[in-house]
Amino acid sequence: MGFGKFKDSFAESRKATGLSYMNDQNDPVIMVLGHRDVRKCAFDWKNFQSGAAPGRIVIPSEVNIRDIRQIPFEVDPPEHTSYRSLLEAWFKRPLALDYEQRLGVLVEEMLSEILSKDSFDVITEFSLPLQSKALTLLLNTPMSESETWISWGTHVFRSDETALDSNKASVLFDYLDQQINEAEKNPKEDLYTALLNSKVEGRNLTKEEIKGIMILTFAGGRDTIINTVTNTFAYFAENHDKLHFLAENPSMISFAVEELIRYFSPLTQMGRVATADTEVCGHAVKNDSRISLCWASANRDDKVFEKPNTVQLDRKNNPHVSFGFGHHKCLGATHTRQLMKVLLHKMASKNLKINILDAKEKIEALGDNQRKVGFESLQVSINIK
Amino acid sequence: MIEIIFTTTDGSQTKVSADGGTLMEAAKNNNISGIDGDCGGVCSCATCHIYIDESNADNVNPATDMEKDMLEFDELTTPESRLSCQIPITDKMNGLKVKIARS
Repeated sequence: MGFGKFKDSFAESRKATGLSYMNDQNDPVIMVLGHRDVRKCAFDWKNFQSGAAPGRIVIPSEVNIRDIRQIPFEVDPPEHTSYRSLLEAWFKRPLALDYEQRLGVLVEEMLSEILSKDSFDVITEFSLPLQSKALTLLLNTPMSESETWISWGTHVFRSDETALDSNKASVLFDYLDQQINEAEKNPKEDLYTALLNSKVEGRNLTKEEIKGIMILTFAGGRDTIINTVTNTFAYFAENHDKLHFLAENPSMISFAVEELIRYFSPLTQMGRVATADTEVCGHAVKNDSRISLCWASANRDDKVFEKPNTVQLDRKNNPHVSFGFGHHKCLGATHTRQLMKVLLHKMASKNLKINILDAKEKIEALGDNQRKVGFESLQVSINIK
Repeated sequence: MIEIIFTTTDGSQTKVSADGGTLMEAAKNNNISGIDGDCGGVCSCATCHIYIDESNADNVNPATDMEKDMLEFDELTTPESRLSCQIPITDKMNGLKVKIARS
């Protein structure tokens, strides 16, 4: 028991100093923990930039495995604004009714498949294939492409053997080169083609820029969505009454999506690099050193959230920062929210009864703190109650 | 029905009719540019930033501390700033003029 619980790892540090510290490949990180401080630093792109060396704002740092800049994520205003405006309309497509309906068909098919099994691993047999198949809708590519992506595993830059895997990264990079070249030769209705036809500041995007946008799309929404879906199964396995509540009150599902995403905080933190000697929470931050915006900690700040460690599926005021905050708020958030809404609707209407048979938690080491972010494996049986 | 007049950053005005709900919902239902309301109105995303001029301030509910916090560091925030998801539409708001903060 307790697999559906996700504790606040930062309460003591947040109350004491508002900061925590971790080393990451000899490039230390000052973690900013309080909701207000996180929001303040997120807006302060002049002192805390995203446009540092490619990969450096990610924790663990990816500077040793890529030199391609992820766009618009690793670009600051005003350039960021141009890229972002270019992409907004495409990434709002999940709001269209037909997109939602196609997600519904996909989730229905996948739930039927797992309902036919005696037991299964949620990650490899549901969350990963669901994430990959749903991504074909976002990219508007054939569903068959997801077979390749599923074969890459849960994270595009990490493998079981090592936290950062340059061989695995080059598989993605080579794949994207191939797809971009193919779209150039044979234009389609997909995101690659749309980007090839897009202009920024009056010029065409370069292939390098397109690749940077696509890497972000693949990497940013992979382990985060997989963790969110898997954690949802773990949570409802131990809180079946809450699924029943959603079945009885479907109008609460939008609130439930936000609350589960707050509670799980699938992305623990995101880094920034100081552009000058400055300070945060009264602590000196040296030029060219790293801070992180710890979304997971901010989401449990009791100055903002009443009973922050309790899941309240009908929480109406929920200023969580799980999708980031400010200019760099997650571009894939609309897709993720729609996917989660559809999933909760289906799970609730079927009144799924989930039993956890075996589980191995995924724990992140963050300096003095450890945080459960999801599962390495989650073996369950499932039936309709 | 209550009439609300939205002015977007390019200066264009749209008059919309609403019966209940929030200003964010009224804007979204009428495809007003610059109002995303990504989080559905739980005060998380701050993508429904508007301005309500002082002369109309008494006709809308006051901002909570939470709403003020979410606007606190935005460079576009002024004393007239509000999050439209936090403003329920009431009878007193007929003819209300609302400016959108972002394009």
